[in-house]
Amino acid sequence: MVEGRGTQRRRAGLRLWLSGGWLVLLAAVAVFAPLIAPQDPLAQDLMAGRLPPVWMAGSDPAFLLGTDSLGRDVLSRILYGAQVALTVALIAGTATAIIGATLGLLAGFLRGGVDLVVSRLIDIWMAFPPVLFSILLIAVTGPGLWPIILAIVVIDWTRFARVVRAEAMTQGAMDYVASAQVAGRGRLGTMIREILPNVLPTIVVLLTLEMGIAVIVEAILSFVNLSISTDQPTWGGMIAEGRASIHQAWWVLVFPLLALFLTVLSFSQLGEGLKDRYDPVLR
Amino acid sequence: MSFLVIRNLSAEVKGTGIPLLRRVSLRVGPGEVHGLVGESGAGKSMIGKAILGILPKAVVITSGEILLDGIDLLQLPPAQRRRRIGATCALIPQDPLTALNPSRRIGGQVTDRLVDILGWPRAKAEARARDLLAEVQIAEPDRVLRSYPHELSGGMRQRILIASAFAAEPKLIVADEPTTALDVTVQKQILTLIKALQARHGTALLFVTHDLGVVSKICQTLSVLYAGMVVEDTDIRSFFAGPKHPYSAALLAATPKYTDPDASLKPVPEAVIAAVQAEVAASDKGASHG
Repeated sequence: MVEGRGTQRRRAGLRLWLSGGWLVLLAAVAVFAPLIAPQDPLAQDLMAGRLPPVWMAGSDPAFLLGTDSLGRDVLSRILYGAQVALTVALIAGTATAIIGATLGLLAGFLRGGVDLVVSRLIDIWMAFPPVLFSILLIAVTGPGLWPIILAIVVIDWTRFARVVRAEAMTQGAMDYVASAQVAGRGRLGTMIREILPNVLPTIVVLLTLEMGIAVIVEAILSFVNLSISTDQPTWGGMIAEGRASIHQAWWVLVFPLLALFLTVLSFSQLGEGLKDRYDPVLR
Repeated sequence: MSFLVIRNLSAEVKGTGIPLLRRVSLRVGPGEVHGLVGESGAGKSMIGKAILGILPKAVVITSGEILLDGIDLLQLPPAQRRRRIGATCALIPQDPLTALNPSRRIGGQVTDRLVDILGWPRAKAEARARDLLAEVQIAEPDRVLRSYPHELSGGMRQRILIASAFAAEPKLIVADEPTTALDVTVQKQILTLIKALQARHGTALLFVTHDLGVVSKICQTLSVLYAGMVVEDTDIRSFFAGPKHPYSAALLAATPKYTDPDASLKPVPEAVIAAVQAEVAASDKGASHG
């Protein structure tokens, strides 16, 4: 029994370390991309197109992960692509969490008219197909980093609002909320000091998932060419370009995909790990 | 002079006119233990919640007064009412498993009221919390104050809730079936503890329960409720010697006896229920005419 608990905690710790490690590495890469990228990510050299990664025959040691069909360095482009991926993940994820969780908390705790408005809004919102909705949105605002972030927030706030609302409702019915009110706490105070700490683990898990989703949405929008201008490399854009030459140069597609996959996985594992560690009931 | 006086309190489900409390009147003197008994749905807990201002949103009070120390709570603006209740009343809730905030340490939850309402310095409040935990017979109060609720047993949590109810020396404590969620052996200890603290602190206690055995141990006076109406309001001795109202008598007769464990349960006879329902209807009619 005691041993079982110990191993569980170690595993949770390992998960945190691995996922956190990858994300920290990625953040460092994003910040220092201009310093560590071996090549200019935009420099084209049609003579050096579709060079394979360095361990394969016919490669050039200057291009560690090979080049794409325009002769641009895949590794450098992945490093620069981390900038967009992380910016979108952090800003869009956090903004979505704050807006969605606030609305969910208000609706779930105050109930009544607020709940009615927020719940109907969620229902209406969720009836829109999300990808089409975001494409429509970008079509109106024009492509760019901020429109992407805006699109993610506008589409995904319901994800938080729904879950947090349900959670706040459950917590609001608990006796400790009544006790706090008898002890003289106002409604706002009860919501912030009693309910919020109990829905926070849920919000954190959702937030990390949302960051992963944000990275994917950015990739999807890049894939359909609605993302950032072509002079900023993005993983989604690379995947879209690599698709055309998958039979001749698989590395153009596979490496950015791998970076995307590991990042999204790390975000979700980070969330699970944090929850295991900081949820007082699970701890 | 009674500390708590309730006069003609009526409440109903918002927007439907379905009555939950019917012209309830009762008084609890300082240091007195008053029992509220009745079957499920009779409105026992509703009265406690009305006093403490924690009625569910779907319930509205339609008339009546709740006087605490002569001041009608229902006439006060919400913020002032909350402060008044917080300073003079406390709740011992039914289910110790949900009555403590799972994500906060015990210490903060016991001292909240002392710091927020009475404005005590934190150190003083913490010392007081330690004394209180010792008073409810918790060993290692320091360790317990640093614990999270899930690390403690149900009985222990109920002791903590009792301690924190007495923390600010309230004049009135509403105990809402405080022993229902506990197993029988722990029940008795908790009851003894509440009684002892109540006597030592001279707190008035409104004890909500459906267990007449518990009432006989702890209360001095009691009200019997049926369908939100007080059918009998009397002192404990005359109640157990022979209740005046036929419904109270049937309720008392329905209590299983230890001396005769094989006897089958006696439900309240249908004739008695019909009679008390007729009485409720007649009273409703009288009220609407008057």
